[in-house]
Amino acid sequence: MLKVTLKGLLAHKLRLGMSAFAIILGVAFVAGTFVFTDTLNRSFTDLFRQTAPDVTVRPVDAHDSSGGFTGADARTVPADVLSGLADLPGVARVDGNVTDQSTFIVGRDGKVVGSGGGAPGLGLTYHDGPAADGSPIVTITGGRAPAGPNEFLFDDKAAAAAGYAIGDEITLVTTGPEPTVHGTLVGTVRFGETGNTIGATLALMDTATAQRLYLGGQHAYTDIAVTGDGSVSNAQLRDEVTAALPGGLQALDDAQIAAENQSDLAQGLSFITTFLLVFAAVALVVGSFLILNTFSIIVAQRTRELALLRALGASRRQVTRSVLVEALVVGLVGSTVGLALGFALAVGLKALFGAIGLDLSNAGLVFEWRTAAVAYAVGVVITLLAAYLPARRAAQVPPVAALRDDVAMPESSMRRRLVVGTALTAIGAGLMVWSLGFDGGLSLLGLGVFAVFVGVALLAPVIGRPIVSVIASPFPRLFGTVGVLARQNTRRNPRRTSATASALMIGLALVSAMAVLGQSTKASVDQLVSSDLHADYVVSNAIGVPFSTGVADRIAQVPGVDEVVPVRFGMAQVDGQDVFVTAADVPAYSRMVGMTVRDGSLAAGDGVVVAADRADELGWHVGDTVTVTLPAGPQNLPVAAVIEPSELAGRLIIPLDVLERGGQLPTDSTVYVSRLPGADASAVTAGIDASIADLPTITAKDQAAFAAEQRAPVDQILAIVYALLGLAVIIAVLGIVNTLALSVIERTREVGLLRAVGMSRRQLRSMVRLESVAIAVLGAVLGIGLGLVFGVSIQQALSDDGVSVLSIPAGQLAVFVLLSALVGVLAAVWPARRAARMDVLRAITAD
Amino acid sequence: MPHAAAEPAAVVRTDERADEPAVAPVARAVDLHKVYGAGDTRVVALDGVSVDFWPGQFTAIMGPSGSGKSTLMHCLAAMDAATAGSVFVGDADLTRLADKELTRIRRDRIGFVFQAFNLVPTLTALENITLPIDIAGRKPNRPWLDTVIDTVGLRNRLDHKPGQLSGGQQQRVACARALAGRPDIVFADEPTGNLDSVSGAEVLGFLRRSVSQFGQTVVMVTHDPNAAGYADRVLFLADGRIVDEMLEPTADRVLERMKHFDAAPVAKG
Repeated sequence: MLKVTLKGLLAHKLRLGMSAFAIILGVAFVAGTFVFTDTLNRSFTDLFRQTAPDVTVRPVDAHDSSGGFTGADARTVPADVLSGLADLPGVARVDGNVTDQSTFIVGRDGKVVGSGGGAPGLGLTYHDGPAADGSPIVTITGGRAPAGPNEFLFDDKAAAAAGYAIGDEITLVTTGPEPTVHGTLVGTVRFGETGNTIGATLALMDTATAQRLYLGGQHAYTDIAVTGDGSVSNAQLRDEVTAALPGGLQALDDAQIAAENQSDLAQGLSFITTFLLVFAAVALVVGSFLILNTFSIIVAQRTRELALLRALGASRRQVTRSVLVEALVVGLVGSTVGLALGFALAVGLKALFGAIGLDLSNAGLVFEWRTAAVAYAVGVVITLLAAYLPARRAAQVPPVAALRDDVAMPESSMRRRLVVGTALTAIGAGLMVWSLGFDGGLSLLGLGVFAVFVGVALLAPVIGRPIVSVIASPFPRLFGTVGVLARQNTRRNPRRTSATASALMIGLALVSAMAVLGQSTKASVDQLVSSDLHADYVVSNAIGVPFSTGVADRIAQVPGVDEVVPVRFGMAQVDGQDVFVTAADVPAYSRMVGMTVRDGSLAAGDGVVVAADRADELGWHVGDTVTVTLPAGPQNLPVAAVIEPSELAGRLIIPLDVLERGGQLPTDSTVYVSRLPGADASAVTAGIDASIADLPTITAKDQAAFAAEQRAPVDQILAIVYALLGLAVIIAVLGIVNTLALSVIERTREVGLLRAVGMSRRQLRSMVRLESVAIAVLGAVLGIGLGLVFGVSIQQALSDDGVSVLSIPAGQLAVFVLLSALVGVLAAVWPARRAARMDVLRAITAD
Repeated sequence: MPHAAAEPAAVVRTDERADEPAVAPVARAVDLHKVYGAGDTRVVALDGVSVDFWPGQFTAIMGPSGSGKSTLMHCLAAMDAATAGSVFVGDADLTRLADKELTRIRRDRIGFVFQAFNLVPTLTALENITLPIDIAGRKPNRPWLDTVIDTVGLRNRLDHKPGQLSGGQQQRVACARALAGRPDIVFADEPTGNLDSVSGAEVLGFLRRSVSQFGQTVVMVTHDPNAAGYADRVLFLADGRIVDEMLEPTADRVLERMKHFDAAPVAKG
């Protein structure tokens, strides 16, 4: 019995390949995701291991988890602490560090090196102290250590990328009071053992230079690295150091630092992993339709053989099992190839992320056994599940079918499918409507969307029939008899037609939903900018990190400039929760950005301004005194005003001086600029541009450019999503190819007959092609219909979170339909050729 | 052509057995009805057929197209369900059995030879022969298997795939497959329908020998009087009923009898 299955499988390698393909792609995505994120994880873990010394001393809770988008902590470790620690027993050496996360190297071409991906530009003091594992944190690979003001060392890669050689004059941009720093490159270093900085650039300098650039010249450190002499464990050393520390400072051993970094990393990576796995799931769901379809056809083709086995005494269970064994083999083969392809995909992802600044070129791919286990489990389980229904149906083949010439599979009733499909669609739609009723219903919405997907896929044979009729209705008029035949063929097996179309439907539904969401987001941004942005220019750092306050001062000097309003972002704790705060001179800020006051007044500018929704959450009212906890400690402030929620203004606005008192270094995140009435716009623009010309990362945008900049990430995300969903569409196309090819084989006799009575090859080809187009367009229509529903629902769900305007990209959706028709034509190429090449005589004598 | 029925059979004949009720029939149909479709498309294929098949007897079923001869055999071979009446294989009433038991009866007690050979194209001749035994998960009885293989004369073709065999060879493989599991009864559905006369004679000779030498019970549907001439007994069906029975038939007598049917026997029923 097993022999029959396996030999049959080997004899039909094409069949095996076709059905395995979907699994290969899906598994490749899963495996690729794991390999890539494991590689990422390993790279970061190595990085952290190579940087953490035995014990780190720093201000209490100085750990920054905002990702560098807020200003840096202004608190420092006084220099006298350093000398005190050096005398402790068990301490071999202490090194003071001054570290800054946004010191970027400007290359010879005037462009910033390695920015754009959010990797930090590190500016730090040079010393040869070791990491906890004993290896040096940096090793000089050329030149010498810095020995005077404005002498710098770069890491090898950054120096090469910037085009600098030792001895060259170099330029840095920093967030300190000197926005641009000029100096000399005196050497190069390798970071850690491999030199892999994951895209970050390193600029090292002596302690005095760092203190001048970042700490306003005070003799202090951002942290201190303590290295033991090996007589005590790092934990003991930590305890000894802690005992010797004054208040406001803490000591952490390397394990604690590693744990802290690891949890941040896990958070950051889980986003990437989830994102990629969602697409893997889409690919697998689409793939399972393809497998289900392929196995249905395989069973139909094997009907005679299965009936023979039944006639010879094989039980139903044996027949089911024989189909499932075939599925198992397909699953195993598909998973194996998929796993291999996953590695290739991980290499591709590495390159993709490298292109946006996350440089992993020195990191080898990491293969965990878990990756293989998951790949096989997913591949085999999905294949078995998808093959289960066809396998069950195979067992229904009556033995007497072995004696008949033309055998048709027993068609089970559509009623159950109709009932389950309708129920699922209704439940899903109900969930979707219900989820829109309250905040945070996105996961419910997702569940609803999924239910509707499955429901509609089940209903597809029923609702697809009239749609296909409409799509195919012009065929007879346009293509004559060929058109009539093609139209009949599309109606012949509605189950198969719709299962094939469903695969395309899923891909296109997601693409369309994203298109609606993207278009709506962009429209919302435009609306927000035109209604709420009153400033004439918005100045910001291209890489999103804060910049020197010197920028605002320079712009204020430009003739024709009226007001210059700097805005800073910070992290604070309110009611024990981390919140994002905006700090600005409130009265001036309200002239730059529209704020609608619901209660209180913006005029005083000495209290907290809070958005109405946040005020409701926190139970704040105008006149209350509230506590906002900043790094340096809690700040008590009155609530000055409650405003309508505004994406542009921010949810929680505090005065600038409060943020500074709270211990954040004075760096600006955004500067809003207005023109004097009557000033010449182009002259002012030119003036502002000239004032910041030596700061390549800082740009001043007018309203239109600002709106465009805000829209750009939407387009970027859409591009990535489209690329990934393209995978689902490719699988769907393969599904059409597969269905057509197999149904052509199934219809061998009929094709032979048509050829025998005089149908030309060309006519035969166009018949197959038309059938393919009808299936593809059916998938497109169903998919875009669902996509519209989903897109609109998600927009409604997010209407309070910035996507307030609904905008449907009708042109784009029409293009999708046209592309689908084209996809249909392409998918038919090979099956049509196969049909046309069939030998007439063999076709009519085939059994 | 040597007349098979002229050879003395190894076992007792039907007429003699009438006095020995202790020997039970291998298969038996009792008032068997089979109706296809309903309303306008209602077709009565079997209309009250009662017949016994005795051990070691070679029975041919003849009749014009549409007479119900194939339907009768499908019902007897546990491949199709009767509408009314009973079918016994041994003492098991097929009409009372669920699919599981029917499957077991097909597997263990029935052999079947198809008109279109129905070999699995991906398996070798030997693998095809042992397929029912493999399905049952048993080991073949080696001496018996050798006997069967030698009888059909396929010893040097065992590694060939069906595609590499002639039609007659394929049907001999199919016969060997039917016999390999030593079933109680072998049904053959127009076994020579797709063969030329020489190959057909080889297959019929083999079926005859299995009855004469091994005491196998064989039931064969055919429309060829020459084929019927190999049998011990011929049943004539018309319009779903048994209309006549002939013992120790010869091709000439069968042909003569066939002429009395209104419809000419043009194709299988």
